[in-house]
Amino acid sequence: MTGLPLHAPPLWRQVLPYVALLGLALLIYFVFPDQLPMAARIAALAIFVMSLDLVVGYGGLATLGHSAMYGVGAYAAGLLAMHLTGNPLLGLLAGACAGALLAFLSGLFLLRYEGLTFLMLTIAISQIAQNLASKLRTWTGGEDGLSGFAIGKILGLASFDLQGRVAFVYCFAAMFICLWLMRRLMASPFGLACVGIHQNRQRMAALGTRIRWQLLKLYTIAGAFAGISGALAAQVAQIVGLDTLGFELSAEALVMLVLGGAGNLWGALAGTVIFASIHHWASTLNPYHWLFIIGGMLVTVVLVPRERWGQALARRMQVFRRAAAPAGGSS
Amino acid sequence: MSELLLETRQLHKSFGGLHVTRDVNLRLQAGDKVGLIGPNGAGKTTLINLITGVLTPSAGSVRLAGEDVSALSQAQRVKRGLVRTFQITQLAPTLPVRLQVEMAIHEREGSIGRLWRPLGSYSAVQDEAQAILQSLRMDALAARAPVELAYGEQRLVEIALAMALRPRVLLLDEPMAGVPTGERQVVLDALASLPSGLAILMIEHDMDLVFHFADRMMVLAEGAVLAEGSPAEIRRHPAVRAAYLGEEG
Repeated sequence: MTGLPLHAPPLWRQVLPYVALLGLALLIYFVFPDQLPMAARIAALAIFVMSLDLVVGYGGLATLGHSAMYGVGAYAAGLLAMHLTGNPLLGLLAGACAGALLAFLSGLFLLRYEGLTFLMLTIAISQIAQNLASKLRTWTGGEDGLSGFAIGKILGLASFDLQGRVAFVYCFAAMFICLWLMRRLMASPFGLACVGIHQNRQRMAALGTRIRWQLLKLYTIAGAFAGISGALAAQVAQIVGLDTLGFELSAEALVMLVLGGAGNLWGALAGTVIFASIHHWASTLNPYHWLFIIGGMLVTVVLVPRERWGQALARRMQVFRRAAAPAGGSS
Repeated sequence: MSELLLETRQLHKSFGGLHVTRDVNLRLQAGDKVGLIGPNGAGKTTLINLITGVLTPSAGSVRLAGEDVSALSQAQRVKRGLVRTFQITQLAPTLPVRLQVEMAIHEREGSIGRLWRPLGSYSAVQDEAQAILQSLRMDALAARAPVELAYGEQRLVEIALAMALRPRVLLLDEPMAGVPTGERQVVLDALASLPSGLAILMIEHDMDLVFHFADRMMVLAEGAVLAEGSPAEIRRHPAVRAAYLGEEG
């Protein structure tokens, strides 16, 4: 569906999911302190998947090159910390600018195309970015990655600690703000236009919409958020590798988005948490076959429409009750 | 004399050796209701695509209120008041109807690209969208998405979107196409309620409707204008009867 209701829901319903998210963060912080480093990585990654949702879920642009913006954001934050300042917020700003700039420049070319051609060209852009990063060893560290930079105190208050507490609070706060910002942006007339373009380009053209311009805006905004995500990851890990620009990251993010559901941003967040949690737990249990679980879930999500999940569950429960009833009667 | 709103001069379109529109001259003044008929493949929809800028003409020009708009994009022509509907309904399938009308109003007002203000805060736009839907007796459908609507109702949404753009020239491409008999009256009522100052060009295969609706007719055959005149003249025109209505002269 669209993620755009006809009537704005009451304030409490708008605020409730954010409160629940805050509650979840507090739970993780106090009850699962040993999981904080992983939770911080998930929060940073969630921004990336949500930014992908802007492009895929709202704009209807199937891309496998979104990691290019994530990667340049990561390198920008790393280089800034190495050569100019370790201020983490300036690092996020640098990541956002780098991601937005790459998205804008590549979007000028990419958005002339649609469908499979667009998809293939996005992969090409990320491959070019990855190869460039590999060649520019002096700046990027090449295959060894960019490392040796230090990140300063966040807001001059706290440095990253070994337990990952500060990193978690920092990443979660950034994710929380980005989620709110993205949802706010997409609840505007611009968001409505993006959904319209996604659903029927011909109609939007007949309304007089400058389709390519609106999509370029969307792509640039998404690039900025992807850059923030990359910058966050770089600051927390304090190393940036070539894999941040790679195709695999884009593909995994797309899987996360499909798992959670595209087009409302909350799904992107849920998909990231589900994927990363399964990755973490299942790969511990079985490092070779954990992807089967993800594969099975993907098949289920794709084959069973979201609105039928409730119905399907109710039917199963009914069958289960019927099967249980005679057994109960005979005993 | 009414203002000349739409004019095509020697409009021609060919795909390779295939000439689909041949030197069509068309003039629409404010308040005109022109019916465009012709057999399948006569080039009627191509003509609309040329006028609206979806297709680029091979030769000739399109003028809107005296301005040559031949080099302008479809979006720029819409901004100047040239609006169309589609032969096959083109809507955003899962967006509530009122949001689609609001989208058209935002587009007209130039606020469609605004990033920050939430949709819900544009109360004037919401009121106008509701008023348009009310005028077409569609207010009960405001919260529903086109996928949930009957085909006739979807045609009404197309007309509502066109009205939201406040056109000066409206090109209706077969508004009755695919509408079941039971739903025809609602579309007919909507067409009857269109503002009188609007210049309308209607393509339609339903002869009763188009002869009743239009005050001037144009017949297209093999991309060229075969005949032009009042509905009564067209009914009597021997070439039209032979070529289009299937009667011997």
